[in-house]
Amino acid sequence: MKRWIMLGVCLLSALPLWAQEPPAADTAAAQVAAAPQAAPATAVTAADAPNDNGHSLVVTFVPSADDREGGPVIGYEVYRSVDGGEWDMRGTVPASGPAGDATLRYRDAGSKDEASQDYFPIGQAYQYRVRTLSVGGFVDSEPSAPMGSTAEWFHFGKLELFLALVIFTGLMIIFIGRAKKGAELYIRPLAGIDAVDEAIGRATEMGRPILYVLGLGVASDIATIAAFTVLQRVAKKVAEYNTKIIVPCYDPIVMSVAQETVKAGFMDAGRPDMYREDDVYFVTQSQFAYVAAVNGTMLRERPATNFYLGLFYAESLILAETGSLAGSIQISGTDQVTQIPFFVVACDYTLIGEELYAASAYLGREPLLMGTLKAQDWAKGAFAVALLIGLVATLAGWSSIAGWFHLDL
Amino acid sequence: MFANIDLTFWVGAFLTVAIFSFLYKDNPVYKLAEHLFVGISAAYWMSVGIWTTLVPNLLCRLCPGWVNSLAGSDCLCPPASHVSGYERWIYLVPLVLGILLLMRLSPKGGWIGRWSLAFIVGITAGLNLLRYMQSDFMAQVQATMITLLPGWQGFGHFFGNLSLSLDSPLVATFSAWVVFFGTFCGLVYFFFSKEHKGWFGGASRFGIWVLMVTFGAGFGYTVMARISLLVGRFRYLFGDLIDMMNS
Repeated sequence: MKRWIMLGVCLLSALPLWAQEPPAADTAAAQVAAAPQAAPATAVTAADAPNDNGHSLVVTFVPSADDREGGPVIGYEVYRSVDGGEWDMRGTVPASGPAGDATLRYRDAGSKDEASQDYFPIGQAYQYRVRTLSVGGFVDSEPSAPMGSTAEWFHFGKLELFLALVIFTGLMIIFIGRAKKGAELYIRPLAGIDAVDEAIGRATEMGRPILYVLGLGVASDIATIAAFTVLQRVAKKVAEYNTKIIVPCYDPIVMSVAQETVKAGFMDAGRPDMYREDDVYFVTQSQFAYVAAVNGTMLRERPATNFYLGLFYAESLILAETGSLAGSIQISGTDQVTQIPFFVVACDYTLIGEELYAASAYLGREPLLMGTLKAQDWAKGAFAVALLIGLVATLAGWSSIAGWFHLDL
Repeated sequence: MFANIDLTFWVGAFLTVAIFSFLYKDNPVYKLAEHLFVGISAAYWMSVGIWTTLVPNLLCRLCPGWVNSLAGSDCLCPPASHVSGYERWIYLVPLVLGILLLMRLSPKGGWIGRWSLAFIVGITAGLNLLRYMQSDFMAQVQATMITLLPGWQGFGHFFGNLSLSLDSPLVATFSAWVVFFGTFCGLVYFFFSKEHKGWFGGASRFGIWVLMVTFGAGFGYTVMARISLLVGRFRYLFGDLIDMMNS
């Protein structure tokens, strides 16, 4: 008997749900399923989003009068329409609740890709309305006035970044100019780089080749670019000593650049006839297949010296360990923090992070690279000074100084 | 008993053991696996490159009708992927650069490919400069501007709550000091314009010690991850084999 009573109660309590019509997004009238009914959001306005590429608008509205701590409001849904046609839900905004915000904000951002389903055309006029969700149902606001987006030329939230770049570029130009005029720019010795000539000489004495691995980076990675510069210097020495250099590449573009670089090195040494394009070759773009091939090369060609300079991932230890077992002198360098430990334990010399960038300037002594390196040092000096100022400021209770370096992205 | 086992399992198991045989020394079985791995993967990635990059990102933008007529349907270039107007002709730029790059195959026109290489390296290096300045400079400065005495409420509170729990004043203060002086001395180590002598050399040595301790922790962490990969391979060899034999 109790079961039947319970079932009846459940059915009766479900009746209001059955009676409720399915939610229709295109009706502006309030729809309420059960009390208490929440007041709608008001003053819905759309405005162009500042500092953007023109593919977004900002919707602001005054929350429901019932949006308070412990109140019935659950949250808000933001709907968009073109010319009052079909309303599409764009996103949700949580209820203000205890915060008691006077206005709430939603940024409606779409894609700039015309082929995308979420394409947000610049200048397209949109209307918005906000649906207030409460325990009793939902209620829609009045729609906003139509508004179109525009694109800005300058992102003022990134002003600090712009200033930092201008200062850095200015420093670079100044130091490059000084280097070109023949100013003596000091760079402290780097053990790994001092060993390069020694390692090439060893390969020549042993009559074995040199293996130069550029890692898994693409040609635009900073570490790979630095590795190209060192490669040119190594190739020049190799040509002078009449030794063979092998460069297995992971990326076809890297291979193309490496071929040009090695050729330039041989030409610098006045031995373009010695350059063999087949010694700089593409292997595969599968990480561990590449490792398997390079490992095989190490054991078959028995290179006297292995260089691992560039961008490396999980293959770093496998390569360095195999080279170590093969008895090669190994010089490594990468800016991948997670891979440096493996190079440190398995290689004779390791260029840690920025030492790799410095190496290219140190070896080449070209004004362009020397000037850039000096500018980097000045930037590091500015960083250190900023840290010390920040330290004093925070100890004095002025912790908001860190906000100067905050970018409003 | 072995009839239940899939042929692909045997191929996978053989190639796994063939690659492991490198631990003994270089041998013909390893060479076979290596050449198979390299050849198949090179062809596979070339195919992936064509169908996931070249066709949808270039050909479908420039000439979707032609691609669809070749394919016999619009599955390769669905209408949603079409672009119109000037945006369509922008894709001529990568097309031309790609063709210039292919000129490297020509014995006399190889130098033309340098234009594409210069474009790729120059543009992306410039974009990376912005990214590094943002993430490695501005964000780093902001994150390091911390107080050396977090939650300081006097010596009584500090010494009255001495413990090694993460929220104790001692650990919080120690962490702040390590973050600040570790970053500062690390910067000194990577300063190349001055000889590392005197106080500068001392700070530099402390910086490299901090780096080495960090690398040590990273080494241990990654080795454990590699062991889990090895366990996964053994599970493939033995666990899956046993499962298939029992099924």
